[in-house]
Amino acid sequence: MSSTTLPPQFEVVDRPLDTQMTISMGPQHPSTHGVLRLELVLDGEMVVKATPDIGYLHTGMEKLFEYKKYQQGIVITDRMDYLNPLGNNLAYVMAGEKLLGLEIPERAQTIRVLMCELQRIGSHLVWLGTHALDIGAMTVFFYCFREREKILNLIEAASGGRLTPSYFRIGGLMMDLPAGFENRCIQFLNDFPKAVDEFHTLLTGNRIFQKRTQGVGYISAEDAIDWGLSGPCLRGSGVALDIRRANPYTGYEKYDFEVPVEMDCDVWARYMVRMRELKESHKIAVQALSRLKPGPVKADAPKVVLPDREAMKTHMDALIHHFLIVAEGFDVPAGEVYHAIEASKGELGVYMKSDGGPKPSRVHFRGPSFVNLSALPDMAKGEMVADIVAVIGSLDIVLGEIDR
Amino acid sequence: MESGPEKSEISVDSTQPKEQTPSPLVAAFQREHPDWVKEIIYALGETTVVVPREHILEVCSFLKTWPESRFDFLADICGADRGVEEEPRFEVNYHLFSTTKYHRWRLKVVLNEEDTHVSSVTGIWRTANWHERETYDLFGVIFDGHPDLRRILLPEDWQGYSLRKDFPLRGYEPYSLK
Repeated sequence: MSSTTLPPQFEVVDRPLDTQMTISMGPQHPSTHGVLRLELVLDGEMVVKATPDIGYLHTGMEKLFEYKKYQQGIVITDRMDYLNPLGNNLAYVMAGEKLLGLEIPERAQTIRVLMCELQRIGSHLVWLGTHALDIGAMTVFFYCFREREKILNLIEAASGGRLTPSYFRIGGLMMDLPAGFENRCIQFLNDFPKAVDEFHTLLTGNRIFQKRTQGVGYISAEDAIDWGLSGPCLRGSGVALDIRRANPYTGYEKYDFEVPVEMDCDVWARYMVRMRELKESHKIAVQALSRLKPGPVKADAPKVVLPDREAMKTHMDALIHHFLIVAEGFDVPAGEVYHAIEASKGELGVYMKSDGGPKPSRVHFRGPSFVNLSALPDMAKGEMVADIVAVIGSLDIVLGEIDR
Repeated sequence: MESGPEKSEISVDSTQPKEQTPSPLVAAFQREHPDWVKEIIYALGETTVVVPREHILEVCSFLKTWPESRFDFLADICGADRGVEEEPRFEVNYHLFSTTKYHRWRLKVVLNEEDTHVSSVTGIWRTANWHERETYDLFGVIFDGHPDLRRILLPEDWQGYSLRKDFPLRGYEPYSLK
């Protein structure tokens, strides 16, 4: 731990103003990735203490869930981690499905895996672009957003929304993939490895980038577990933990992929983990695409899942069910679940508690960004001010999820 | 939780296996420390252990190091309000996870409205710091021994606890920066 090796002048004490200075970084700082304020106590250019101040984006989403029916809550989840909305959708609907005891058809599960991995790539691309931009490499940003645009187009084709897809529903999907989607997806997946190589060419061998990231923001494996870090931040500290492997969901146990681990525990390690994850996600997406077989995409639960448009026009019960689901919602058996998935930033857990009615009694999101940010003071201690920007970038935080 | 899913009228097929028998781990834990366990709930494949409030610190530090469980990772702490009339009214849920054994438990502490104090587990897992601040901020649960128990999401001069069931959705009055 870096704190043990610090010289004595780094203790926060009541010092005369000329040696220690407190400055406020943010909430409008461009490299804090949203409205995050850091209170930095500095000794010269060294950070003695960093205190994150969050809550600027708090909109009471968890309160709102309690006033909305289960299916209405899905659109709220889109707005939490807005770089990985499909992951949020998945965690939420899977918690609901667990309470209802629903069985999801094979095709729907495969499409969920495919879309989530595409979204993970998209989320990592935003991280890569902005992280590099913070450190001073501007070109990467444009390459990343060029690729991300293709992913957003795919998501738009499937769901109709680019940033707020709400594509997954309790009991399956909103609708099946559109005609021609698979070909467009194959086209993207064929081109993508070349794009990753381009990113590596631009950054990985770059001396300046290496100097800015290696040895910065150190956190050991024990500390990382103690601070509850998850996802690439934890794997960058040498802990091979991936919930897709540890507690598989949506059929991830059937896919062949590696869990990238780096031992360096610094910003560079977290960078390398995410870069390798781009390729692993690509691998999973290719496998998911090859496993797509025709079949239903909605569970056989007429009281929970909206009927097909055609069935509604010809069958009376389908029309009645549609009316009841939309007007009154569906009752969910009383109980409580905690469902965790591996989102692009780490463990995204949803605690859902039902008291038997059509609205949840409590929904809580364990956002990976929230927990990862709480470890920032530990990583920032003893670093230069300019390196704080690199450390924040390496945590890949999204304030929408932190503040909820 | 106790009422169980079968009471509901909903007609979805509950084909998922529901764990109803105590797992050996929980049974061993209960044998070892019967007074630390108020109730054990198995439902939907998840294990919930209701812990008396005064023992939560001992239970957490024991489970973290016990070779059988090794819950070294605190995934989440979240509060819940059962309703204004309910007694006990509040719950604090601790979601534990083991990075070596990959299993999960939920510890639950129930609190009365008059006395919402519970011991802080920040000394066991440092990640509890922000989770406890959030629970304090939104539910008014006071974590004794927390090093820095301040509001985290809402402003410091906010009145009331917004996730309590008797707090109106749109608040009491428009909040303004004084």
